[in-house]
Amino acid sequence: MTTWPILSVVTFLPVVGALLIYLIRGEDEAAARNARWIALWTTLVTFAVSLILVWRFDASSADFQFVEKTSWLATGITYHMGVDGISLPFVILTTALMPFCIIASWKSITNRVREYMMAFLFLETLMVGTFSALDLVLFYLFFEGGLIPMFLIIGVWGGPRRVYASFKFFLYTLLGSVLMLLAIMALYWNAGTTDIPTLMRTAVPRGMQTWAWLAFFASFAVKMPMWPVHTWLPDAHVEAPTAGSVILAAILLKMGGYGFLRFSLPMFPLASHDFAPLIFTLSVIAIVYTSLVALMQEDVKKLIAYSSVAHMGFVTMGIFAGTMQGVAGGVFQMISHGIVSGALFLCVGIVYDRMHTREIAAYGGLVNRMPLYAFVFMVFTMANVGLPGTSGFVGEFMVLLGTFKVSIPTAFFATFGVILSAAYALWLYRKVVFGAMTKPSLASIKDLTFREGLTLFPLVALTILFGVYPKPVLDMSAASVQQLVNNYNTAVTAVKAAALLH
Amino acid sequence: MNFQSAGYQLLPVLPELVLAVGAMLLLVLGAYRGEGTTRAITWLSIALLVVTGVLELMLPAGKLTTFGGSFIVDDFARFLKILALIGSAATLILSAEFLSTPSGRIFEYAILVLLSTLGMMVLISAGDLIMLYLGLELMSLALYVVAASNRDNAKSTEAGLKYFVLGALSSGMLLYGASLIYGFTGTVGFAGIAAAVKTGSTGIVFGLVFLLAGLCFKVSAVPFHMWTPDVYEGAPTPVTAFFASAPKVAALAVFTRVTLTAFPGIVPQWQQILVFVSIASMALGAFAAIGQTNIKRLMAYSSIGHMGFALVGLASGTVEGAQGVLVYIAIYVAMTLGSFAIILAMKRNGQAVEEIKDFAGLSRTNPLLAFFFAMLLFSLAGIPPLAGFFAKWYVFVAAIKAGLFTLAVVGVLTSVVGAFYYLSIIKVMYFDEPAGKLDPVRVELRTVVAVAGLFNIFFFIYPGPLVSVATAAAKSLF
Repeated sequence: MTTWPILSVVTFLPVVGALLIYLIRGEDEAAARNARWIALWTTLVTFAVSLILVWRFDASSADFQFVEKTSWLATGITYHMGVDGISLPFVILTTALMPFCIIASWKSITNRVREYMMAFLFLETLMVGTFSALDLVLFYLFFEGGLIPMFLIIGVWGGPRRVYASFKFFLYTLLGSVLMLLAIMALYWNAGTTDIPTLMRTAVPRGMQTWAWLAFFASFAVKMPMWPVHTWLPDAHVEAPTAGSVILAAILLKMGGYGFLRFSLPMFPLASHDFAPLIFTLSVIAIVYTSLVALMQEDVKKLIAYSSVAHMGFVTMGIFAGTMQGVAGGVFQMISHGIVSGALFLCVGIVYDRMHTREIAAYGGLVNRMPLYAFVFMVFTMANVGLPGTSGFVGEFMVLLGTFKVSIPTAFFATFGVILSAAYALWLYRKVVFGAMTKPSLASIKDLTFREGLTLFPLVALTILFGVYPKPVLDMSAASVQQLVNNYNTAVTAVKAAALLH
Repeated sequence: MNFQSAGYQLLPVLPELVLAVGAMLLLVLGAYRGEGTTRAITWLSIALLVVTGVLELMLPAGKLTTFGGSFIVDDFARFLKILALIGSAATLILSAEFLSTPSGRIFEYAILVLLSTLGMMVLISAGDLIMLYLGLELMSLALYVVAASNRDNAKSTEAGLKYFVLGALSSGMLLYGASLIYGFTGTVGFAGIAAAVKTGSTGIVFGLVFLLAGLCFKVSAVPFHMWTPDVYEGAPTPVTAFFASAPKVAALAVFTRVTLTAFPGIVPQWQQILVFVSIASMALGAFAAIGQTNIKRLMAYSSIGHMGFALVGLASGTVEGAQGVLVYIAIYVAMTLGSFAIILAMKRNGQAVEEIKDFAGLSRTNPLLAFFFAMLLFSLAGIPPLAGFFAKWYVFVAAIKAGLFTLAVVGVLTSVVGAFYYLSIIKVMYFDEPAGKLDPVRVELRTVVAVAGLFNIFFFIYPGPLVSVATAAAKSLF
């Protein structure tokens, strides 16, 4: 059907943009302006090309589509790309959010603009590649490669404690991932290949499943992040520049969930089943504990970071419930959280650009001078809470539904998270937006500019659209999720039946 | 000259002969014309190394042996000889600046490098313990002298002396081990030893331990690493670059050949030694480097760690392991030469600066240099998609296949610790405020940085050639 390697084009187009930025010369001001425009156009074109993927995607098939395969490292290790209903939403989420990140950095980044834009474009390539790689080594390459630009983004353009945050981010993630690398090697010797579709069909011995599952878990749990290895996230979020926080919350965190869906569940179904109680426990702790921690925060970004950990708890819970609703809900929750948390960080960035503080106590009564901002912020706060009618509700509801079928106590305790998230999100909103405007420093604060509106209103529209009409995302992933759940259940029942015979 | 007389063909040693005769001719030239010829001799030496490399590649394919099997030219030897020649030639290029300074106007320098390279080539091709020792000593004696080549500098002299004393000790251990092995097997040829050693009798293992201790000293693996930081710091920087590249290639080559071709019958016996040595090297390389403030000392610990990683491949004792060692050492040489070219480029007001804090803000004053160094450091840390990742991939994949899980887990964990200090240098370059402008970088340094840097960044696009050559080379040992 396709004659040109559309997926590779989407993946590597940003690199071309980065090289163009490298080639521009000239005075600082002019070069910076050109760099911004090239970055914006590159991300827009990439997004446009990625829409062709949606256009041509056959949602009724659970197979990998737009497949490209060329020899690469060795016989079993190839350059293999392709997307299915689980990875395509993430690819689109990435390409769709990148232009917003570029626009959000338009004014707030003033030094080393060229390098900044190049780092973002490289990061985009690595993120899209992570979601579309169909070879474990290739996946690892993209997955780990993303650390380099993100390390530089936090470290060069970050806040006062940027060095600490960037090191913590890098080393934490690397520590988890190297163990996964060893598991990848073990799988390679087990099946003679690191081709993901082949590995999904290869049965892995029970004992090896356990170890490999734990190794993959080490990597994805850090990336996700799950309690208790989440502590890098608040630091990284607080110190990263606005667009860095957006990418971190919206896309990098999703790599963990994507990894669970793509590898843990289909390749190690028995281990996934065995470890599901562990995941449930950690998820519930994450949901309840980090929500309580969020209630105590004084920094806006930190509060949203902890709320991200809580929301990711819902995702892991849903995925390992192994039911149709749970897994589909997990995917939807990740997409929704990508939009909502990204948007929340953009909202924080807007007031930060004006006031240069993220202290909750420094704000109050913004509604008086910033009505548009107050409205936008409210939509995203409500979506974060999970109010029906916003996209946040759909994902959480489906996840709880799916988990309820498997483990009632888990679902019961996780529901507290919904109440707690309402508590901290509404508290934040009241402190920042409502009340009388008593602080003199806020007296001259301006409402959204056109540029800021441009970044937020499309996200408002998407949040509400997916809240009332989630079908596009759910349909896109339905066939693949169905197949995933079927295979998982078949494997688990087969073992249970065998156990009964003995 | 009859190249064809049975058993003593000279064709396999033709490149070595050319190198030896050429080095002596250059020595005569230098001796008659004085120190004014330093520059000419250096460039002629580079040309000689290139000619030697071309001759090596033109030798007939397949396995050639001569001198009754004590000199072997196979794919393994070809691969590593070319690598050693590249390392030596690149070091001579990097030395051009040092040799133009008043204290460095010594024409013997290039000739010593040539003789040392000759020793390496003999070492790589060694087929028995006598040839091994001959090559090792030729290589090492020349190295002791170049370490002290900055005659008026106390640190350089100290480095040379320290290296000599400890090197002599290790040679003694190696010889003692070799004599024990000869005593218990009645032969010095690797093939003969392999045929005689089917089970690990105490005497053989005893000799093997001493032999391996001597070799560990040459690759600077823990616990025989003590000389490395002092020698790396004290020697002139181009000499340090040399120590870190070509001799490591030769030493690892002979390490691999001895263990795999002379003792394939007692793999479990030497495997446990290598597992210990490589774990200790990786751990020490990672932890001891953290506190360093001098970049050359840091590179010394880094090279200790990297030798530990390379030995991970060898410890698996399989053809995949040998392939891993070969890929590792090739990529390691590229990364090391690139890094040292950058360290050599660090000059302010004509003075070389080698403290890590001197790199502060390099990304603003010298963006391209900083970018390449950052990529080389990420690569040394083993972060994909850079070349260093693939080096680690091949050694660890061999260890996993051989079932050495503890070694592999400890190895990857120490690589995370190692990442910390590489990141600290990147932090200084990228996050800190500039510490003043550098002098203009010489063109030959820029060339080496660019070649090594681009190889390192773009290796992942087309890794096929290096990997397939390394595979062929590894297979020729089995």
